[in-house]
Amino acid sequence: MQATDSAVRREITVNATPERAFYVFTEQFDTWWPRSHKIGEADMAKAVIDPDAMRWYEVGVDGSTCDWGAILAYDPPRRLTLEWRIGGTWVIETDPAAISEIDVTFTPEGDATRVTLEHRHLDRHTEAEALRGAVGSEGGWPGLLKRYSDAVG
Amino acid sequence: MTNGMDALGDPTRRAIFERLAKGPTAVGELAAELPVSRPAVSQHLKVLKQAGLVMDRAEGTRRLYQLDPRGIGELRAYFDAFWMHALAAFKQAVETPQPEG
Repeated sequence: MQATDSAVRREITVNATPERAFYVFTEQFDTWWPRSHKIGEADMAKAVIDPDAMRWYEVGVDGSTCDWGAILAYDPPRRLTLEWRIGGTWVIETDPAAISEIDVTFTPEGDATRVTLEHRHLDRHTEAEALRGAVGSEGGWPGLLKRYSDAVG
Repeated sequence: MTNGMDALGDPTRRAIFERLAKGPTAVGELAAELPVSRPAVSQHLKVLKQAGLVMDRAEGTRRLYQLDPRGIGELRAYFDAFWMHALAAFKQAVETPQPEG
């Protein structure tokens, strides 16, 4: 057995108050979310973090919505926790055991805000994909990085 | 632990990784197929193993290397790069002056 961490962590400091950082992250989610990253068949019209419904989702140009998961915590301007209900090939994840979580915290640092993002329980995805035999297949995980670099260009 | 994206940043390691995606392979076969020496292949495999991308197993007298199906190195690398990209876009959105309406 190797001790492999099942989370990724990223930090970024933004020149804004925690209130503004949280506001842009959530209510203006659509302004910064990478357009290429969607799961619906239709082109994405809007990406939404919706605290009223406690869900986050995409809305297609045809009006269809595709759920990305629940909002587990919505605590402005400190914390946001989201379910990641998206499978390896950018499709909706239907296996309830294969859902990871994204935890975002906003910490004031002088006039700026440190935003820390942890995407955790990634092992839940790999286990599900391994069970499906998707690992090593054409549409499976090994293609992920390539698709990613293609998308980011 | 070696970050998976760093591990795959090296073109030779990327080539080894892509070769292993086609199926389990021994060090000697990798060295024969790629323009690298056998010791260099072993060194690259060690890095890939540490990053959780590759595992090895003994088959008779041979040692075969393959992608680690339970390893989440590649997935971590993927999301690490994805969030780096997304958070950079987020920072730009936060710091762009907005006319408050």
